[in-house]
Amino acid sequence: MLPLFRLARAPLTSLRLLPLRACSHTPMDRPVESSIRAKLSRTLAPTHLEVRNESHLHAVPAGSESHFRVLVVSPSFEGLPLVQRHRLVNEALREELAGSVHALSIQAKTPQQWSSDPSLAKSPPCMGGSKHDPGMRLRSDRE
Amino acid sequence: MNHLFRLSAGLLRSGTSGLYRRGPVPEGHVSLVVARLFSSEPENSELGQLIKKDKVVVFIKGTPAQPMCGFSNAVVQILRMHGVDDYASYNVLEDQDLRQGVKNFSNWPTIPQVYFNGEFVGGCDILLQMHQNGDLVEELKKLGIHSALLDANKDEQKK
Repeated sequence: MLPLFRLARAPLTSLRLLPLRACSHTPMDRPVESSIRAKLSRTLAPTHLEVRNESHLHAVPAGSESHFRVLVVSPSFEGLPLVQRHRLVNEALREELAGSVHALSIQAKTPQQWSSDPSLAKSPPCMGGSKHDPGMRLRSDRE
Repeated sequence: MNHLFRLSAGLLRSGTSGLYRRGPVPEGHVSLVVARLFSSEPENSELGQLIKKDKVVVFIKGTPAQPMCGFSNAVVQILRMHGVDDYASYNVLEDQDLRQGVKNFSNWPTIPQVYFNGEFVGGCDILLQMHQNGDLVEELKKLGIHSALLDANKDEQKK
């Protein structure tokens, strides 16, 4: 173990502050994904959260953060119909949805629903919609 | 909130009130383009009236015959599975103003969007879950629509 004075002098970049990951990506590489995780965690206090960038499954440039699938398990959803649950998620991610996020698939479950069916849904195959989408072209032109 | 809808030259047609362009009617579906100022009361606006004109109204990318998005296609296929083939569908790719307008109207950020009897139901995820858990059959029944899956189940039981 390093003496305290050596730790204090060591630059932050040399300290392993981030948990080791299997892939080489860092949150800085995926700002939108990171923001989605942070906001959903803060607003819905999920017991389980999955955020998947599915942009690579769609007709958008590599590295895009435009299509996401989220699974949110939270007691906040108790007693709420599906549309209200999705509205809570949409509201939490209002900024992202007004920005680069073009599509958001949502699964919103209570902890009890999740424990009885712990499965992540799959997105339907892309039909190339983004290629025909003037909104996407405009957005990509601006970026 | 007033929403301004600009007419694109290709969509202007004479001989109508100037409110709608009535497109071709493939497979019993009606494609319309909304081109009017919203009133300050959304429920009385043109879009507010549009969603009530038909029992089932969907806003999708593309058309039921040719969906241009996997999520929109999922909505079309689910309705088809239930034998719902008489519904109004609006192609938001034809008009960016309609696309943004329906998002504002529904306060829902994505397409597709589904309405039953003028009431917002949700998008692709919600319709899929309703289909999987049986709620869709019940909701269609409330609309006076008999789901084809009920007949399919009866046929299975007879065998």
